[in-house]
Amino acid sequence: MPPAADPVTPDGLAAPVGLRTKDLLSIGDLSVDEIRLILDTAEAMKEVGTRSIKKVPALRGRTVVNLFFEASTRTRTSFEVAQKRLSADTVNIAASGSSVVKGETLADTVRNLEAMAPDIIVVRHQSAGAGHLVAGLCRARVINAGDGMHEHPTQALLDALTIRQRKGRIEGLKVSIIGDLLHSRVFRSNVLLLHALGAEVSVCGPATMMLPDMARFGVRPTTSIDEAVEGADVVMLLRIQLERMGGYFFPSLREYFQLFGMTPERLERAHPDAIIMHPGPMNRGVEIAPEVADGPYSVILEQVANGVAVRMAVLYLLADERQA
Amino acid sequence: MVDETRVMLIGGHVVDPVNGVNGPADVLIAGGRVTAVGRDLPVESGTTVIEVPPHGVVCPGFIDMHVHLREPGYEHKETLATGLAAAVAGGFTAVACMPTTTPVNDHAAMTRLICGKAADAGLARVYPVGAVTKGRDGEQLAEIGELYAAGCVAISDAGRPVASALLMRRALEYASMFGIPVIDHCEDPSLAGDGVAHEGYHATALGLRGLPAAAEEIVAQRDVALSGLTGAGVHLAHLSTRGAMRAVREAKARGVPVSCEVTPHHLTLTDDRLVGYDTNYKMNPPLREAADLEALLDGVRDGTIDCIATDHAPHHYDEKRAEFDRAPFGVIGLETAVSVCLDRLVHAGHVTLARLVELMSANPARILGVPGGTLGVGVPADITILAPDLVVTVDPSAFRSLARNTPFGGWVLRGGVTATIVGGRAVYVNTAVDGAGAVMNAMSGVREP
Repeated sequence: MPPAADPVTPDGLAAPVGLRTKDLLSIGDLSVDEIRLILDTAEAMKEVGTRSIKKVPALRGRTVVNLFFEASTRTRTSFEVAQKRLSADTVNIAASGSSVVKGETLADTVRNLEAMAPDIIVVRHQSAGAGHLVAGLCRARVINAGDGMHEHPTQALLDALTIRQRKGRIEGLKVSIIGDLLHSRVFRSNVLLLHALGAEVSVCGPATMMLPDMARFGVRPTTSIDEAVEGADVVMLLRIQLERMGGYFFPSLREYFQLFGMTPERLERAHPDAIIMHPGPMNRGVEIAPEVADGPYSVILEQVANGVAVRMAVLYLLADERQA
Repeated sequence: MVDETRVMLIGGHVVDPVNGVNGPADVLIAGGRVTAVGRDLPVESGTTVIEVPPHGVVCPGFIDMHVHLREPGYEHKETLATGLAAAVAGGFTAVACMPTTTPVNDHAAMTRLICGKAADAGLARVYPVGAVTKGRDGEQLAEIGELYAAGCVAISDAGRPVASALLMRRALEYASMFGIPVIDHCEDPSLAGDGVAHEGYHATALGLRGLPAAAEEIVAQRDVALSGLTGAGVHLAHLSTRGAMRAVREAKARGVPVSCEVTPHHLTLTDDRLVGYDTNYKMNPPLREAADLEALLDGVRDGTIDCIATDHAPHHYDEKRAEFDRAPFGVIGLETAVSVCLDRLVHAGHVTLARLVELMSANPARILGVPGGTLGVGVPADITILAPDLVVTVDPSAFRSLARNTPFGGWVLRGGVTATIVGGRAVYVNTAVDGAGAVMNAMSGVREP
């Protein structure tokens, strides 16, 4: 069980025990205690966002590079807001405006950035394992902000924070994850985290979007959405990427919605206090009916708010000098 | 001018399964050919006697029937000279090089260029493999008759399957006129898609797009069916799955003229190595699961597998130091194959030394229809001398190959190469083996017949 995390006061820096890992590339890099430490720290960070002056000096003088090779609104903004609230110096690099378009390799891009001595690099990339490559090439700490189909650890952490705030716990909850499991990095990070914290996870989606060897992920698979929703405390929907139809995964968005779309009627099978989550961006009318997205069970905007707090916590804990 | 240098290798253990030799014997070499093998051969005057270093095993030269030597077109990865230096350092007296060059080896001029450059290197023998189709693009047959006449010993669209069943049928029929096999890369392209790693738990957990085992099994099944239909010989390259093993075993039992090979890495590594995204574990076919590896070992033991071939695929370190899904497929193997196979197959008790010599010498020679694979009287003196107990630490920085993309870096293995002799001439001698210097002194100046 966790050593009761030290009370975190971002102002005073009565700092908690840091993280053992140099980088956050996968939820698998974290122990259960460290996950709890991040969530507890994030709770404290939330308070900063409620002040009129939303800034603490925790990362003053630290340089953070946001290296985004994929389009992102939510995640990039969330990281940047988190960095600014911690007083870090932030630099944003997007693939379209970088030397990548001139043919530079990822390795060279990273080595050039490293020469400017950043403290933390936040990287989003379309290739699984890109964060591992970056981390192997630099001394800066690396935070994976989504690498291909592999993982998106801060998303899972903000999801966990949201669940914990709403439900008071994660252990023993029935969590149902529905949608394109195969291509989802959000799913892969969430399944590791939810398992670590003792939730019971069931998954649902078209058979074409299930993972091979599902049993080894410790989840209960079903292709029946009614079965998946039955008694669920948490229903987490995953985005359907519209280009997937090219790979014969399903015949049409219309049929997808008929079979797997979350509607108010289907939601009635869930626990009466169930919450609805979505990592965004949503396809209204595909994986989620607008009435559900905007309805009383939806915590989708809370997820976004918690994203800033969780990223502040991760940045703060990783930047702790004592673990260097 | 005929070189009449006479050399006798004495004190070695000779393993020559084709001639049923497996025991202490001397080997007499004259004029670059084997002229006698037996115990206590008489030494005539003018014969240089070389004592094989203790526990040395004298074998017919090893033949790697599947290598990519990259020249012309990709000289930054490997050249014929460096690839052949790697071959002889790894104990290979001959290699069959795939047409994965630019331009593709799909016409006689290219075959002759490769043969000429290989002869200039003067190391291992090179047997070019021509393309099945022009440009390896799977559309039109290459001029296979001319490729054969120029020296190609087989045809293959290496690295790619012959996707069309009709074209594969025609290639088998056409190549059979020249008695050369079609070597196929078994992979259904539509099923494999843009996969980069074996479809299974590890690739899934790591978010890597999968290459399902069924993509190999389907084409293996198709190819044995077409071989049965046409009666023409087909050779299935670098098989990696239990399904393909089943297909070949069943076809051989029916008398279908199919043969197949497996790589050292598929016999020793599985897909759990993917954790960490090291691109030196990225190859096609990919590393599979433990059950596949076991099936391959069964195939090596029971004769379903004919050959061990390295699929030596050199790449520049800059190309491999990339995102996993963007890095090229392939690993090198020429300089590690013998050590890996001695340690993990022979010393581990899966096969005898004699069986290893079949897998790495006799059978490749038979399938390709090339000289070698035996120490029979009159054959060119292509000889590999093994040091089965030599402890070898794999050090990529010491490789003769230009490339370093090995999955075996740092491995400590029991078994190595003492010397490699081509046409009676020592083209490689391992100075780490005590007493090997004598081989070098006596045989490095010998001319080829």
